[in-house]
Amino acid sequence: MLTLLLILLPIAAGVLTLLSGERLAKQVALVSGLAVLGVAIAAWLQFDPAAGTQFSFKYAWLASGGISFAAGIDGISLVLVLLTTFLTPLIIISAFNHDYRKPASFYSLILFMEAALIGVFTATDAFLFYLFFEAALIPVYFLAAIWGGENRLKVTFKFFIYTIFGSLLMLVGLVYLYYQTPGTHTSEITAFYALQLSKQVQGFVFWAFFIAFAIKMPLFPFHTWQPDTYTESPTPATMLLSGIMLKMGVYGLIRFLLPIVPGGMEVWGTMAMVLSVIGIIYGSIIAIQQSDMKRLIAYSSFAHVGLMAAGVFSYSINGLQGALIQMLAHGINVIGLFFIIDIIYSRTKTRYLDQLGGITQSTPHLSVYFMILLLGSVALPLTNGFVGEFLLLSSVFQYDGWLGAIAGLTIILGSVYMLRLFQKSMFGPRSKWVEGFQDLTMSERAVLLPLVIMVFWIGIYPNTFLKLTEPAVSQLLQMVNN
Amino acid sequence: MSASLLILIPLLPLIGFLINGIGFKTIPKGAVGIIGTLAVVASFVLSVMTFQAFLAAGSQPVIVPLFDWITVGNLNIPFSFQVDQLSLLMLMIITGVGSLIHIYSIGYMHHDEGFGKFFAYLNLFLFFMLLLVLGSNYVIMFIGWEGVGLCSYLLIGFWNKNTNYNNAARKAFIMNRVGDLGFLLGIFTIISTFGSVEYLEVFSQATDFEIGDPVIITITLFLFIGAMGKSAQIPLYTWLPDAMAGPTPVSALIHAATMVTAGIYMVIRSNVLYSLAPSTLEIVGIIGAATALFAASIGLLQNDIKKVLAYSTVSQLGYMFMGLGAMAYSASMFHVITHAFFKALLFLGAGSVIHAMSDEQDIRSMGGLRKKLPITFLTFLIATIAISGIPPFAGFFSKDEILAHVFEHNKLLWVIGVLGSLMTSFYMFRLLFLTFFGTFRGTHEQEHHLHESPASMTIPLVILAVLSALGGFIGVPEALHGTHHLAEFMSPLYDASRQVNPEAFLPTELSHSEEYLLMGVSVAVALVSAIVAYVMYVQKASVPAPDSQPKSALQGLVYNKYYVDEIYDNVFVKSIKTLSNILYSFGEFFIDLVVNAFVRLTQFLAGLLRKTQTGSTGDYVFAMVLGMVIILFWKLLL
Repeated sequence: MLTLLLILLPIAAGVLTLLSGERLAKQVALVSGLAVLGVAIAAWLQFDPAAGTQFSFKYAWLASGGISFAAGIDGISLVLVLLTTFLTPLIIISAFNHDYRKPASFYSLILFMEAALIGVFTATDAFLFYLFFEAALIPVYFLAAIWGGENRLKVTFKFFIYTIFGSLLMLVGLVYLYYQTPGTHTSEITAFYALQLSKQVQGFVFWAFFIAFAIKMPLFPFHTWQPDTYTESPTPATMLLSGIMLKMGVYGLIRFLLPIVPGGMEVWGTMAMVLSVIGIIYGSIIAIQQSDMKRLIAYSSFAHVGLMAAGVFSYSINGLQGALIQMLAHGINVIGLFFIIDIIYSRTKTRYLDQLGGITQSTPHLSVYFMILLLGSVALPLTNGFVGEFLLLSSVFQYDGWLGAIAGLTIILGSVYMLRLFQKSMFGPRSKWVEGFQDLTMSERAVLLPLVIMVFWIGIYPNTFLKLTEPAVSQLLQMVNN
Repeated sequence: MSASLLILIPLLPLIGFLINGIGFKTIPKGAVGIIGTLAVVASFVLSVMTFQAFLAAGSQPVIVPLFDWITVGNLNIPFSFQVDQLSLLMLMIITGVGSLIHIYSIGYMHHDEGFGKFFAYLNLFLFFMLLLVLGSNYVIMFIGWEGVGLCSYLLIGFWNKNTNYNNAARKAFIMNRVGDLGFLLGIFTIISTFGSVEYLEVFSQATDFEIGDPVIITITLFLFIGAMGKSAQIPLYTWLPDAMAGPTPVSALIHAATMVTAGIYMVIRSNVLYSLAPSTLEIVGIIGAATALFAASIGLLQNDIKKVLAYSTVSQLGYMFMGLGAMAYSASMFHVITHAFFKALLFLGAGSVIHAMSDEQDIRSMGGLRKKLPITFLTFLIATIAISGIPPFAGFFSKDEILAHVFEHNKLLWVIGVLGSLMTSFYMFRLLFLTFFGTFRGTHEQEHHLHESPASMTIPLVILAVLSALGGFIGVPEALHGTHHLAEFMSPLYDASRQVNPEAFLPTELSHSEEYLLMGVSVAVALVSAIVAYVMYVQKASVPAPDSQPKSALQGLVYNKYYVDEIYDNVFVKSIKTLSNILYSFGEFFIDLVVNAFVRLTQFLAGLLRKTQTGSTGDYVFAMVLGMVIILFWKLLL
């Protein structure tokens, strides 16, 4: 029942926020976000990693067709639910810096988004998964299209069409699988796992899923919607997109692609792996010369997600565990970095590195937070990024030595663009744009401090989270290998 | 030996970092220096205690587990420490020299506004350096390895208003990361080969391998790439001279005495693996020799006091790798120790000079300083004799031992080593004479301001001078009727290596008279160079020409460091920037074009399909009949 509460609470909170009026919206949204986090933590405390899917519920939806409203939480779901519920309140606070017009609608959309994301990560019925997968698009589309930058309409339209196209392919795949299930048919995901499909069919289903998830993450070459969308969206929407929503794609690979069409993986897995590795290098190299800080982080995020996908395609426990821990790490780091860029932008009115410089001279706190998040992002050991990158790279290396070495270039290229970002904005002589730059406010610290604590927690004691997911992951791999 | 005491050794500097880092605004300067220094001195005392406890207990490595760090599938990476001869020696150098440099920094950095930040970073560096040498597996070593790289970055760019310094810091970090990738790939290969990263486990399994096994060669080569980055060997050395942008105590601690020797530590730590891979060692030896000679030759013409010392460090590290290449692990460790003494002393002495000269670093503007800075001069003199390899000072014993092993192993490398010695002695005495002899060549203002440094700076100089003078006696060769305490102490480290490659550990075949001859050659070479330098720079009082004066082609080549920086810049930096621009403007455009083409195609097909929706019943009936006919044919024919 906790799962149902986790989905319904943010919806109710969203409605409440909408009703509470423009003046109270912020506070109501924040309190409800924290309440959802509380429920998630309660679930975490009661969770038994060895016990499989827990807190499940199931209501008939189209009973005759075996389609039900069913959800539950296993280790893989739990870490992503924790990530979502942990980041959402921080995203809400981060928006306090700006006076977004129509705050009631703004904050309620964030909460609706949260509900949809939790739904995606917990659904145990394929059509319910699809429903939430699509539903998640709507709030973030409005956030970007209403509160975004100058080119928002053109850019968000492209984003919308692109992802809808992918989702339709997935729907076709799902419907096909549904009709393959025995008897009166069922859309339970576990029933899909049990299907015995021919190699050829698996190949087609592989493509339907692969393109849908590849667009969502995005993977090379399905990424051209991403940099523009990240750059033009208001920062809270960018955070939702990069911090949480892209994990839907990786989650989909783990939950659907790998276990349902392992035969398709055998045929097309290498191609997917190569595309992922190309994306890592391609995104990193482009990030090196970006001047717009937001776009720089967008490309870096694109590169990072490529590594996560490569880990999943490596088919190994290191790769899957690495991808899961890296999803947490990346969500935390990328949200922190986008927030810091937002802080700099709100003070200087520019995001261009050529116009910045010397910020550190008046901002010891900002500098330290920025540096720690950056170190997490470049995977310095004892920060969160290292654990994931270490496991992921080792899995790719074991898959193929050369691919591993090429993917490994990310640790060099990552330090090239991230240190450039830091140096050009924080160090050097003080630019005229940063005159009178004030250090962090209390509400800004309230966002950054929890993030930085998580950077070190995951970096120093990753077993907290690795232990949560390990049973679910090994079970999955066992199933795939049979 | 109690575990909690051992944990305190790295923990105390970390606590020092946290106190000074978090309280940087509120803690007064005096307290900052005391907290920072005390953390390290206490660590040193604990290290000495650990050393004694270890000696009392025997010679077996002690593992101190803390917690399980990363556990995935069958792979477990524990966070644990290993105490043995090697980690203890490194502990003593790091905390010992580290303490002296902290004390020195109290005086040296006194006027700097970033005093608190400086001590915080310095303590953080020691934390990571201690992790590096204390870890019981390769991944803990990697934590320290990258951590010291971060601190090096922060301290090179300590004065971050200066863009050149920031660039130097960034270059150091990125170049080290190139090496780190090699290290990481080495770790991955170790994991897939041995299923563990723990030293004891890996090395005990390794004894089952044959000499020259390709997997072992791969691992050792990968690890050596890491060593090349951290220990500034060709081709990854160009960051170290630039790293001199950092405050001088940083150059002494990080870029001379401790961090840059991590590569040597790594090879000695993995001596079983390297003893199994003679072809890797061949490469190690050649790269070491090439670096030793190449960097020394650049040092001949440098005019910046710190740059001379930086190239000298690169060159001396080359000697250490040359020794490793000849499987003279203890001799290389010996040189790590003596080098830590005399090179730290040289840097701190240079710092004292720079301090007195109001931040002037060009030796062409110095001269005659020995009267105004007598302590600095005397200690600098001792260090110069020590590094030049003149007995009985420390450098003589360690360098001579390396060269003797290299001679047995490969005569050509030995010749290169002796040539390097010749250059070393020349550039060091050139530096000494130009700085401390002759007449003062700086501005009137600088001359007026000349003064000996305060006691907090000169006391460390004196202590290091004593160590540089006497440190060699821990390893007196048998030919000189001494005892090699160090080699005896380190001997258990090579038990497994002896087992897999016994030939490499046979006693020397050189007769005493041959050994005397070798010693004679290297001492003679050093003395001749010193005399030549004396004639040139004291008797003839010649001063290197100003930069404006044209140079001969060869001089220009050496003076401009063989243009390696420029080559790297053109080959790597510029091309990756160009590639980045091309991918961003053309690659992205092209992909978008394809995507849009798909959209067009879809629109077009949709348009065609739409035309079938005529609304006329006749058309639909026709289509239906057509369909049925096709299906019938299909069924009949197949």
